[in-house]
Amino acid sequence: MATAADQAVPTFYVKDEHDHAEGGSTMLGFWIYLMSDCLIFAILFAVYGVLGTNYAAGPAPKDLFDLSLVAVNTTMLLLSSITYGFAMLSMEKNRVAATQAWLGVTGLFGLAFLGIELYEFAHMIHEGATPQRSGFLSAFFTLVGTHGLHVTFGIIWLVTLMIQVGQRGLIAANRRRLMCLSMFWHFLDVIWIGVFTFVYLMGMLR
Amino acid sequence: MAVPQSVETTFLFGRLTWQAFPLDEPIVVATFAVVALGGVALVGALTWFRLWGYLWREWFTSVDHKKIGIMYMVLGIIMLLRGFADAVMMRLQQAMAFNGSEGYLNAHHYDQIFTAHGVIMIFFVAMPLVTGLMNYVVPLQIGARDVSFPFLNNFSFWMTVGGAVLVMASLFVGEFAQTGWLAYPPLSNIGYSPWVGVDYYIWGLQVAGVGTTLSGINLVCTIVKMRAPGMSLMKMPVFTWTSLCTNVLIVASFPVLTAVLALLSLDRYVGTNFFTNDFGGNPMMYVNLIWIWGHPEVYILILPLFGVFSEVTSTFSGKRLFGYTSMVYATVVITVLSYLVWLHHFFTMGSGASVNSFFGITTMIISIPTGAKIFNWLFTMYRGRIRFDLPMMWTVAFMLTFTVGGMTGVLLAVPPADFVLHNSLFLIAHFHNVIIGGVLFGLFAGIAYWWPKAFGFKLDPFWGKVSFWCWVVGFWLAFMPLYILGLMGVTRRMRVFDDPSLQIWFIIAGLGAALIAVGIAAMLLQFFVSIMRREKLADDTGDPWDGRTLEWSTSSPPPAYNFAFTPVVHDNDAWWDMKKRGYSRPLSGYRPIHMPKNTGTGVILAGLSTVVGFALIWYIWWLAAVGFVALLVTAIGHTFNYHRDFHIPVEEVTRTEEARTELLAARS
Repeated sequence: MATAADQAVPTFYVKDEHDHAEGGSTMLGFWIYLMSDCLIFAILFAVYGVLGTNYAAGPAPKDLFDLSLVAVNTTMLLLSSITYGFAMLSMEKNRVAATQAWLGVTGLFGLAFLGIELYEFAHMIHEGATPQRSGFLSAFFTLVGTHGLHVTFGIIWLVTLMIQVGQRGLIAANRRRLMCLSMFWHFLDVIWIGVFTFVYLMGMLR
Repeated sequence: MAVPQSVETTFLFGRLTWQAFPLDEPIVVATFAVVALGGVALVGALTWFRLWGYLWREWFTSVDHKKIGIMYMVLGIIMLLRGFADAVMMRLQQAMAFNGSEGYLNAHHYDQIFTAHGVIMIFFVAMPLVTGLMNYVVPLQIGARDVSFPFLNNFSFWMTVGGAVLVMASLFVGEFAQTGWLAYPPLSNIGYSPWVGVDYYIWGLQVAGVGTTLSGINLVCTIVKMRAPGMSLMKMPVFTWTSLCTNVLIVASFPVLTAVLALLSLDRYVGTNFFTNDFGGNPMMYVNLIWIWGHPEVYILILPLFGVFSEVTSTFSGKRLFGYTSMVYATVVITVLSYLVWLHHFFTMGSGASVNSFFGITTMIISIPTGAKIFNWLFTMYRGRIRFDLPMMWTVAFMLTFTVGGMTGVLLAVPPADFVLHNSLFLIAHFHNVIIGGVLFGLFAGIAYWWPKAFGFKLDPFWGKVSFWCWVVGFWLAFMPLYILGLMGVTRRMRVFDDPSLQIWFIIAGLGAALIAVGIAAMLLQFFVSIMRREKLADDTGDPWDGRTLEWSTSSPPPAYNFAFTPVVHDNDAWWDMKKRGYSRPLSGYRPIHMPKNTGTGVILAGLSTVVGFALIWYIWWLAAVGFVALLVTAIGHTFNYHRDFHIPVEEVTRTEEARTELLAARS
């Protein structure tokens, strides 16, 4: 026997539906993308872990790394993360010009980081420590270079966003994009901490 | 075939010269002639019937997950024909090359064929078919109107096509890899594979891999974020669950493939020492890395089909799925374990007894959740009112076939046994046993099951049954001999044989392949016949199988917006619950529906990526650079378009829904 409760027909569809806010999944999606990117770095770290001491009678970290230069470089990247934070704070306060200005400063720090990295690479290659020289150097250039490539794309993206914020102001779509780039930029910072520690600091200990 | 040893390049064409066209290979030339004639006929027909505009507007640029899903399926079926042609050629060669005969394929050609067969079947048949099925069904099952990122979905599809185009181009321009489907170094390194084969392999997979990773992210987001109200995780249909796990696996494994192939290309293009034998390289690192992707990959392929079998079994038994919760946990356990078994692909590497034992045991443990699933399906059927329609027939064939494949898998998981059977035809028989018996049978079940949803008419059962019996019997005939040969010690990828006593088994296997060919032909005929008889086979209800999940609650084919009203879910068989508790379809109160706009950007970006890939393969550096800049500019340009959506006007929704009301009324 069916009871009264069974016979009452429940609600089977949303009667009064409103549009879903656009981009509701973007943050989650971007997070997942970052994690997939993180996996690429994980592989490059693992490869460095395996090949990192295969010098093939070539130069070792101690012969190549200049820690004070790397310290300056690291500072550039860390500062750029702080200034990106300031850009986001300006965004929260709806200040278009300040947001753009901080983004600009962030980009300059990023460029300084890349400049120093390229100088370091050029110096090493000049010394004969090329990516082809040994497994260690192949892994080193690939890991650090992949990070540098990410920073390069981050800067291109950053300039694009500066233009878009200039064109349309801090509309919801642009805020979402700034938020994504923010995650990307800080993510690169975290990766660099790993590079700094495992490649440079521990390399000097070996 | 002469492979240029010293590479001469010109600025304009890189290393692409007239020598690159294999005019001295009659088989390739004949194939090219057939493909070219067919292509010209197709292009001519499309132009004659003025279909280009229609295809471009309604399909190629579409961001509708249903159309993208169907395009994935079409791609998969076309590539199946190519991959299967390779299989038949191998079977023929191996059946012939005895008693001093060289067969009809030279080594250079034969080695490309077995490589292309594996690559195509995994990346461009199984992956597109599985992705297509998930793309089509998942949003409908969770009561959503599209995926989270519709544009990305279109882009992913075209990247997959781009990869397929590169692999197909290698047939007529240059060569394909001769390395086996995973391109182990040092064989795949520049010293042993100096020409373009491995580069085709690398860039084909890299281009397609971007698409796969992005579509994985997309579907994870869709399932996490876009479920209908009331559909908690443990109320999701099992197919959605297995799709979720599969896409998590995709996101967590394809980047590994991307990275390892990037390292291989650095070795080949730049001269680094990742996988070389000297200067501190380590070839076994490649084997480890590629299987860290490769093992999850096989579960990426099979898990969604476990979902299909679950849906089919419960629908055609007229019963709620037995052990839903255990099914979900089994899926999740398999997802996790799939990362802990990669080393069983190379026990013979010599990692030592402890390491091999660990990976042997984890491998055997996977059979426990898988076995639990088999029992769940059996118990679902137990005392059910089973209808043996085509999807159910495939499911039963799967249960019988796959179980055998699973058992031989557990056998191979025992390291000492593996030392004997490693790289033998026993292994080949094992993985075809699970991939054909599991993935392919599941796909066929899924196609037969959801075809009426996608097109509004059922598939012709007669030709379906012909195809079914040819496939199933053909499979057993083709692969049981390989088990036997493997146990006798015959290794894989052999072109000629010395021992004439083996020939009979290869001939039997060849007959099996011929039977499978009839099965494929019958399936194509089935599609054709069904389309011709679509009026007779039509289903107006949208629910031809008395289904249980939400996709059956809307019309067949569903309107662009899927559901006029977002459903509210109370039970994990949501539609069954609605039918049982007196749901009546709402007939008024429609609203305009917010939808994404079509865009051609995905096609353009993927096209440019393909050009860049081709340029890199042939060392045409200027083209690669131009293509890359164009890629960047197009991608950035796309972000300046802020108007990506529109509303389907309420009049159109009303018109569509009222047409369905009339159809339903006419029927009753």
